[in-house]
Amino acid sequence: MSLPLVVLLPFLGAIAAPLFAQGGRTAIAVASSVPALIALAALFPHWETLANGGVVLHSYEWLPALGLSLSFRLDGLSLLFALLILIIGLLIILYARYYLKAYENIGKFYALLLCFKGSMLGIVLSSNLLLMMIFWELTSLTSFLLIGFWSHKQDARRGARMALAVTGGGGLALLAGILIIGNIVGSFELDDVLAAGDQIKAHAMYPVALTLVLLGAFTKSAQFPFHFWLPHAMQAPTPVSAYLHSATMVKAGIFLMARLYPALAGTEQWFYMVSFTGMATLLIGAYVAMFKHDLKGLLAHSTVSHLGLITLLFGMGTQLAAVAAVFHVINHATFKASLFMAAGIIDHETGTRDMRRINGLWRFMPHTATLAMVAASSMAGVPLLNGFLSKEMFFAESLELNLPGLLAWLPPTVATLAGIFAVAYSARFIHDVFFNGKPVNLPIYPPHEPPRYMKFPVEILVFACIMVGLFPAVSVGPLLFMAASATLGGEVPDYTLTIFHGFNLPLLMSFVAFLGGLLMYSQRRRFFDFHARFREIDEKAVFESTVSRIVDFANSVTSRVENGSLQRYALLLLVSVIAVAAMPLLDLGVFVGENGLSAVDAPTAIAAAVLILCAFATAGLHRQRFYALVLLSVVGLVVALAFARFSAPDLAMTQLSVEVVTIVLLMLAIYYMRPWTPIETSLRRRVRDTAIAAVAGIGMTLVTLAMLTQPFSSISEFFLENSKPGGGGTNVVNVILVDFRGFDTLGEIAVLAIAALGIHAMLKDTALTPPPGDGAGHAWARDAHPLMLSLIARPMLPLALMVSAFIFLRGHNLPGGGFIAGLITSVALILQYVASGMEWTEDRIRLRYHNVIGLGLLFATIAGVGSFAFGYPFLTSTFDYITWPVVGKFEVASALIFDLGVYLAVIGATLLSLVTVGRLSPHSAIKSIKEDA
Amino acid sequence: MELVFALVIGALTASGVYLILRARTFPVVVGLTLLSYGVNLFLFASGRLATGQQPIIGTAGSYSDPLPQALVLTAIVIGFAMTAFVVVLSLRNLADNEDDHVDGKQPYKTPAPEEESEVNGK
Repeated sequence: MSLPLVVLLPFLGAIAAPLFAQGGRTAIAVASSVPALIALAALFPHWETLANGGVVLHSYEWLPALGLSLSFRLDGLSLLFALLILIIGLLIILYARYYLKAYENIGKFYALLLCFKGSMLGIVLSSNLLLMMIFWELTSLTSFLLIGFWSHKQDARRGARMALAVTGGGGLALLAGILIIGNIVGSFELDDVLAAGDQIKAHAMYPVALTLVLLGAFTKSAQFPFHFWLPHAMQAPTPVSAYLHSATMVKAGIFLMARLYPALAGTEQWFYMVSFTGMATLLIGAYVAMFKHDLKGLLAHSTVSHLGLITLLFGMGTQLAAVAAVFHVINHATFKASLFMAAGIIDHETGTRDMRRINGLWRFMPHTATLAMVAASSMAGVPLLNGFLSKEMFFAESLELNLPGLLAWLPPTVATLAGIFAVAYSARFIHDVFFNGKPVNLPIYPPHEPPRYMKFPVEILVFACIMVGLFPAVSVGPLLFMAASATLGGEVPDYTLTIFHGFNLPLLMSFVAFLGGLLMYSQRRRFFDFHARFREIDEKAVFESTVSRIVDFANSVTSRVENGSLQRYALLLLVSVIAVAAMPLLDLGVFVGENGLSAVDAPTAIAAAVLILCAFATAGLHRQRFYALVLLSVVGLVVALAFARFSAPDLAMTQLSVEVVTIVLLMLAIYYMRPWTPIETSLRRRVRDTAIAAVAGIGMTLVTLAMLTQPFSSISEFFLENSKPGGGGTNVVNVILVDFRGFDTLGEIAVLAIAALGIHAMLKDTALTPPPGDGAGHAWARDAHPLMLSLIARPMLPLALMVSAFIFLRGHNLPGGGFIAGLITSVALILQYVASGMEWTEDRIRLRYHNVIGLGLLFATIAGVGSFAFGYPFLTSTFDYITWPVVGKFEVASALIFDLGVYLAVIGATLLSLVTVGRLSPHSAIKSIKEDA
Repeated sequence: MELVFALVIGALTASGVYLILRARTFPVVVGLTLLSYGVNLFLFASGRLATGQQPIIGTAGSYSDPLPQALVLTAIVIGFAMTAFVVVLSLRNLADNEDDHVDGKQPYKTPAPEEESEVNGK
């Protein structure tokens, strides 16, 4: 339980933190520290297990069908990262308490910071690659919000968007890579993936998977050529930069490489892709860092360079190099976090980060200066500090690579060159800021030391730099061993953590780097002049213009495909449906299956001929809308007959009553529309449409034929067997509707209700004037409500209601039920409207159909919820038999209440739709307004 | 029997598709109705064509397949709701654009002053 808790706690903290914002900065900082403290306490008991080479696993099922599980795993590597995230996170919380102004939205800041922390912990502790992917994306999102925290600044917004675009895009590649790996291995669990390294590397898809995974890692860890987002993310508040770019966000990519090292590394592709990317990043970052005047810009490029160094170490593929990489992760996190914080203090106290103006701060803030100088020396690789140790290991490893010919010179040369740059920019950080004359035109003058506890986090980290530098084996040895062993899958090479390895080549390289760097810094004018000769590429401008070009392209494609014509869309849709359906159909070849065809009797054949003729005639005569409608109704009636012919009495009754309602509705529609359709389309177009229609029709014929002649087995046996004993009804169709699949039916009457209410809403404030005549020169009949019709219609109502009650009650056992009874009632009511007019009927039937719908849904829901009261799941039905006088033994099922709901919902929806349309004409609109008054 | 049934579905589909491709709303609505007949029959036919039976327990030795029937029953009712919705959508289009073209196009018209103030008032 402790591992999921560690991940969950920061998220809970993020919800709670804003509540403390009222209490001021100290209160919220204390509250935000709680999750990390508990998490550290929860991780501590596992130390023993991990030190013995063990692994802690906590696994819960989530979506087993997708291979996604809530499984968390703690080993040396994840422990190292979790500790970095938690401890540096704590220091950041303290630091931010002093960095942020009291008027800023501190609640939001701490909530986002905690969300980010939780996501990072999720990445390093996930044992399931898909779960890790979810947290990976969460870090992209939360870091976007953190970088853009000062959302009023345009640069901050752009920087945040750039970071999101690059890391989010990489995340997509990573997802694809993970899916491929999961497909190869057959599992997304880390243990399985790490054990299947040889299988993955031997697979044909390995290069693709590797490239995709590395794309994800390189974008996240700001490797060349994706490094440009990191310097622009410096628009974030400094605590965010210190956290994201030292220990967490950018280390996620590094973590991924370390995590999947046993599964992916050790091949030529890995070596070339990773080591050359690392080399390029190392060199470019270090070179550019030297020329940045912005304090944070210098640190950002130096971060890029150090990330390249770690990547290069992983790329080398030797076990010692991997150890060095893990070691440098620790060292870089400590000195870089403290440097960012020092830069933030300087910014805070002077009001600027421009190194051309910040000079000679030693006199104003000696304490901060000392701390920053120690950290910067560590960054430069000065002996007795932690940066020196991992850099020595790096130099040693760069000499060990077996590259052919002159290429063997490349890694040590690049390493030494980058070392020279690193010394030079570190020297600049120290000399330019703390010495080098007097400050120039500072916004805040004179600067002084920051609040006592703002320096505290820096002190802790600098202390760690020194301790690791002096006593590496004691201070960091056990943790490094655990992490390295977890990275390498258990095999750790021999290495010694000592300050002095004797006079050897790596030491000479360090010496050269040190002298070269100082020399370069002393000659910096020449280098600046040299650098100034090149036009600097503004990555942001390139990025923005690329984005806008992509958007323009997308817009042009969209406007070409989506031209606003529904006719075009319908055409494209139908043609693509036909194309997709045709492929498997053509493969089928034979369309008459094993069962063969059965004989046709004359009545069926005649009915079918009538239907086919009427269907074609409806299409052919569609310009005469009235004729088309009459033909359509014939088609509908024959369909009802077909249901009756083929043993579906319920369907026949439903179809019959729906047909009546549909035709009445369409008649009403014609009344407002023109009764004829003009000829607008060219003959060519009509021929084309006819051809498409013919292909669709032939296709459907063949599909139906193929389906009908196949032998089949149905799952309906279950329903037939259980209908009577389980549902208490013999009409299986009805029992399925109200009992077996009652939830479905509830959804369907809800759709019905929504459609009716949508109709009502669409026409609420609309008035349509019907044309004066039928368009063929005939005026409307003056006798709107013929006497004969209204005289016959009135006595029909009670009769029809009685029939519908009968149909409703018997529905559970014989054809009928709520749907059909509801439709019959609706037809009877509609008949009254047709026969006697809106006014007459509304005076007598004072039903608000909205309420009828609501009541219906209520009944159906109550029937469902009611079963909770008896401890059964939603919509469980029960039944019993009671003996009534006269009627005799009668079955009462709780499903009847549900069916009553269906009945009411159908009536309400049908009548609301029709009455709304009927009320459209101005005449009846006036009438209803009068009524309201 | 199967061939006849298949031809019926084919005819309904063909007429429906042709009408759906028309430019005015009314034929499109009619086309959708025809197509939904075809689809309902097709869905129904997936339980195979049984004659002289019922899905009622106790009426005969063998029963027609009740499951497609239950599905089609709700499909018919939902189909009506959809038709009604599309009809009303086209009526609203007619009211707003004074035209029943499916693309809802109309020549640009400046609203009369009183109409405009009414719109703003809301």
